[in-house]
Amino acid sequence: MHEMSLAQNVREIIEQAARDQGFSQVKTVWLEIGRLSCVEQEAMRFCFSAAMQGSVAEDAQLEIIDTPGRGLCPKCSHEAEIENVYDACSQCGSYGLQLVAGDAMRVKELEVV
Amino acid sequence: MCLTCGCGSDEVLIRGRKLMNRPKAPVSFRLHRVEAKIAEDTQRIVKLEQDILHKNDRHAQGNRELFKQHGMLALNLVSSPGSGKTTLLVRTLQALQGRYPLAVIEGDQQTEQDADRIRATGVPAVQINTGKGCHLDAQMIERALPEMPLPEGGMLFIENVGNLVCPAGFDLGEFAKVVVLSVTEGEDKPLKYPDMFRAAELMLLNKCDLLPYLTFDVELAETYARRVNPDIRIIRLSAVSGEGMDAWLSWLEAQHLG
Repeated sequence: MHEMSLAQNVREIIEQAARDQGFSQVKTVWLEIGRLSCVEQEAMRFCFSAAMQGSVAEDAQLEIIDTPGRGLCPKCSHEAEIENVYDACSQCGSYGLQLVAGDAMRVKELEVV
Repeated sequence: MCLTCGCGSDEVLIRGRKLMNRPKAPVSFRLHRVEAKIAEDTQRIVKLEQDILHKNDRHAQGNRELFKQHGMLALNLVSSPGSGKTTLLVRTLQALQGRYPLAVIEGDQQTEQDADRIRATGVPAVQINTGKGCHLDAQMIERALPEMPLPEGGMLFIENVGNLVCPAGFDLGEFAKVVVLSVTEGEDKPLKYPDMFRAAELMLLNKCDLLPYLTFDVELAETYARRVNPDIRIIRLSAVSGEGMDAWLSWLEAQHLG
């Protein structure tokens, strides 16, 4: 389950920010997790609480900003929301859509004390 | 809502998003006003916008630069367990030995068995045991590299942990990911595990010598792989019978030159 190592990365990012910006407690963590990223949101929630034990974000609330996937058709340039990376273009039926959004995995912001 | 005990409204919204749920307490909101005011003053929002894989990507970039400095072609071999990666790698090393300096990094949760199989060919190999980890990351590679003689001007093969999910997201600094799919698996693997087939530049369809005994639809598997990744190169081969190995070796030589 790679969500655990990703959650540990989140912890390192938060702890670095705590040192840089001088805060001692994190109340809320906003993560942007694209629907087409390699993260299963429920697994991330589970791993997040385990990975934050003993850190400044131990009791932090996790808020996941769930961004839908968007694909750009290389043939007809139509851009639309997609469910899977292998979806066909909803306008012309071509495959091989270029992913333009929905694969991000980012620590967006923190509410800190 | 009172930030101390949650009396008052039952949720806090920040930019329309729920902040936290707390049980309603049967105490007066007024009692906690002063404390809440202090908490409000010290609470703030820190914007980070930092990629979760940022640290891995930084190590990967360091590896990539090192590979370039030493003129090494580094490839990341990925597949499900049992696709025949190690056998394919052994045959590949035997074919390339004497023509290129070679080295291998083996990733498995446990045992030195794969590294032992590689070392039996005379090629240096370092085994990384990830314990409970399901993939190699760039820092593991960075730490493994000083453990072996670098194949200056040659090729480094990194055999990832057998797993079609997790290794897809982790850049190791390699020139390319090569995904091995064997015909004893389902032809719909590219659709079931699209991230991996999207991340790979080359798909090796292994164990093709077994096709006469199977119902595996090669055309369909290739269609699915191209649906996920229209640019993917595909080579049909068998590490055991040797068919298709020339195309794979030619691909390696072309990447090494390129």
